[in-house]
Amino acid sequence: MNIYHKTTQKLRRKLQRSESLKGYLLLSPTILVMAGIMLIPFIGMIILSLWTQIGYAKFDTTLTLNNFIVVFTNEMYRVLFSRSLVVSAMTTFLTVLLAYPMAYFVAFHVQRRKLLWIILMTLPFWTSYLLRVFAWKVILGYNGVINSGLLWLGIINEPITLLLYNPSAVIITLTHAWAAFAILPIYVSLEKIDRSLLEAATDLGDSPLARFFRITLPLSLPGVVAATVLIFIPTVGDYVTPSLVGGSDGYMIANAIQFQFGRGSNWPLGAALSLSSMAVVTVITIVYFLVSKTLTQNIR
Amino acid sequence: MKNTSRSLLVYAFIYLGFLYIPVLFLPLFSFNNSMYFSFPLSGFTFEWYREMFRNEAMHQSLFNSIRVGGFVALFSTILGIFGAKAITRYRMRGKKPVLAIIMLPLVIPEIIVAVALLIFILQAGGSLSLLSVALGHVLLCVPFSIAVLISRFEGFDQSMEEASADLGENSWWTFWRVTFPVVLPGIVASLLLCFTISFDEFIVAYFLSGTEPTLPVYMWNQLRFPKLLPGVLALGACILLASFIVIAFAEWIRQRNNNMALRQSLASMTSKIR
Repeated sequence: MNIYHKTTQKLRRKLQRSESLKGYLLLSPTILVMAGIMLIPFIGMIILSLWTQIGYAKFDTTLTLNNFIVVFTNEMYRVLFSRSLVVSAMTTFLTVLLAYPMAYFVAFHVQRRKLLWIILMTLPFWTSYLLRVFAWKVILGYNGVINSGLLWLGIINEPITLLLYNPSAVIITLTHAWAAFAILPIYVSLEKIDRSLLEAATDLGDSPLARFFRITLPLSLPGVVAATVLIFIPTVGDYVTPSLVGGSDGYMIANAIQFQFGRGSNWPLGAALSLSSMAVVTVITIVYFLVSKTLTQNIR
Repeated sequence: MKNTSRSLLVYAFIYLGFLYIPVLFLPLFSFNNSMYFSFPLSGFTFEWYREMFRNEAMHQSLFNSIRVGGFVALFSTILGIFGAKAITRYRMRGKKPVLAIIMLPLVIPEIIVAVALLIFILQAGGSLSLLSVALGHVLLCVPFSIAVLISRFEGFDQSMEEASADLGENSWWTFWRVTFPVVLPGIVASLLLCFTISFDEFIVAYFLSGTEPTLPVYMWNQLRFPKLLPGVLALGACILLASFIVIAFAEWIRQRNNNMALRQSLASMTSKIR
């Protein structure tokens, strides 16, 4: 009996192992390609960040941490880092805040033709990202839509210069450009909520407001968390928006990275900047995940 | 309750206005008879559209983008099918960390992907071309493709595949006759999504395209010259219209396929049983 038991166990284990093997065999092309074009370049970037540029396309290959010391002590990079983080955080907050009621409306107050509303909300995002950002330059510019419109109507006598080329312009533009990334995840998590929970809360005497804060909002937090991460990470590294509407006061870390690979031609420093910004973003995201996890647990 | 509904409706329209108005300025100014984008509008013209048709460099970059997008869509979706099938169909040890590595590009800012690939290609002695852009785009697209396809693979009844195997089909024909028709809408969605991401992607293409600009890189180079801008706007308006048609078409296909795929695979199975 015991021997029989052992052999079946062995067989089962073997089968399981071969299932694992079969799975990995099927997955191998994907893993190989992804590892080849992600991990290897990434290791290359780490090595390059430890070198020193000594001329055009020439590097001193003795390993040194100097580039990272520059990144973390130079006043300019500190300003760019903190500005990027603040602009992205503000953008993320605003985008989610503005998109939430919209997603809520479609999830709970649209009965028929939900799909039509979803298409309606996402259609503007099918224009080119560049042109969407550029549109805000057209709107906020010195001779732009707002200024020329107000001048034409006689409301102002000379163009307002405060509109464009500052961090606020970057935030407004990004809030518009990334809206779909907030609307969709929040909508999905709202749509998933079991409606009988809401009815139960009403039957037990909750006012609509109390019901919202006790049931709807907590249950939609996974969507909100997903939206914040989906917006925060890419906007920290956005290059297009700060270049087009940020001006020199609105430059962000991506502009510095691009500069080192372009006219600055200090590739090792650029690599160090890239790795540092990635590390900062990753740490913030992980902390945010942990905090939001404990928070949602407390609510339950 | 009625009041909340009404105020939410009002908010929804204001928000839609915020989403649409900036975008709609682009087609508006593409018909305006002036190089400068300001009010009052000076007159109606088709000049910028005529210029769009004359502009050879723009055609070339559009063609480059379509080629890159087509390659990226196909390649990423094939890798996505392998990945999604392995992940949903097999119990594997260490699945989670492997999946996390594959999904990693989703949480890395694009500029860092661009820079890493730039360093890699040039240090390895390669040269920048549309192929390097395509490789970068595949990296960005595979996670999206897998995410779309996993939900499709998870959504269908595995016993249909088992039934086909029990009835004597080998795994190759089971895939083509059962799995493929059912996941087809997911494959179409993945192709469309990957093409769109690649077609619109700027920063990776900006770093890696070398002397062959894709459309976004071409547009970027025009943004500094007011003379050429209205032509870019005209093209932007055309792309918006084209993507609108594609969405409508995709939606139509999806709704049709949802019914069709199920009916087809059921029919082929019942015919075999008989």
